[in-house]
Amino acid sequence: MTELALILVATVLVNNFVLTQFLGLCPFMGVSRKVETCVGMALATGFVLTLSSVVSYLVNTWVLAPLGIEYLRTIAFILVIAAVVQFTEMVVRYTSPLLHRVLGIFLPLITTNCAVLGVALLNVQQQHSFAASALYGFGAAAGFGLVLILFAGLRERLAVADVPVPFQGAAIALITAGIMSLAFMGFTGLVRL
Amino acid sequence: MDGMLTAMATAILAIGLLAALFGLLLGYAAVRLRPASDPVVDHIDSLLPQTQCAQCGYPGCRPYAEAIASGEADINQCPPGGDNTIRALADLLDREPQPLNTAYGEAKEQATVVRIDEDRCIGCTLCIQACPVDAIIGAQRQMHTVIEDLCTGCDLCIDPCPVDCIHRVTVPTTTRNWRWPQPENTPDHAA
Repeated sequence: MTELALILVATVLVNNFVLTQFLGLCPFMGVSRKVETCVGMALATGFVLTLSSVVSYLVNTWVLAPLGIEYLRTIAFILVIAAVVQFTEMVVRYTSPLLHRVLGIFLPLITTNCAVLGVALLNVQQQHSFAASALYGFGAAAGFGLVLILFAGLRERLAVADVPVPFQGAAIALITAGIMSLAFMGFTGLVRL
Repeated sequence: MDGMLTAMATAILAIGLLAALFGLLLGYAAVRLRPASDPVVDHIDSLLPQTQCAQCGYPGCRPYAEAIASGEADINQCPPGGDNTIRALADLLDREPQPLNTAYGEAKEQATVVRIDEDRCIGCTLCIQACPVDAIIGAQRQMHTVIEDLCTGCDLCIDPCPVDCIHRVTVPTTTRNWRWPQPENTPDHAA
């Protein structure tokens, strides 16, 4: 039980996927202009991450390992992720057409979010159990959502701030991301897995 | 040699089956989770002028599109769209084109916007509430004005004004807003 709690804290804060492992940077920079869209994106990514890490664990344990074709892991996981993203898009379009319109192209682009594939592969590499895999995926998504929303809040304020001309736009966003990453380094040593 | 072939066959079969399984699941989900919105409504909505002027008697273009799709409203109630919209709707829904129902307003030959006579405005905010596109700015007991770029010319603000200080002005054709005229419908094209 403590191990599972540790996984959660470790993925959300200590080994945050965006700020310390530098995975999933494209949506982090791309959709972080408004807090509202960020919440939607964080929820959609959370759904995809948790589901895909569970399904990829099942595929790895029940299909790839017994047949001895673990070398096809990457391609099998990409297949799983693509299917899960498609499924998520259908669910979002069915439950909330408005959110579907707001997220637009970023929803199918979760497929290419490297954090999703990264979590699936790290699960195998670190030999997580089923529950640990699910929690690892969920924790990665929670960490991703947390920094995405924090970053969007910062960028909303930056939009009205008096930024010097050479730093305007992407430059100040990247600098902000760097400082956030520095801040998250402060969590190192909080938990050791 | 034989072992290698079996290994390859297993790999191809396993991945193929996995892909087929996901395909089946997605196909089933696509049927079950079909969005509730009617594609016909989307088509009709895309033909309407999106002025949201509510002259058709519905709160906006989409509600009017829904009413047309359910057979509740006729296709000739959109004054801003005029004959072109009616013809496009008739084409889409395979109905006879009919002249615009003048009970809902007249089609305009030229684009108009409204202008507020600012000396006479008493700041009652009634026109702000009537404006469907939020093109009027002002506050209680402050002078109001119309943002002409946003005004769709629906004239809905003219009636509520208690001091009749809103009038219609035609937009002069300039090089910035001139457009090629729509092609005339030739008889064989209409058939």
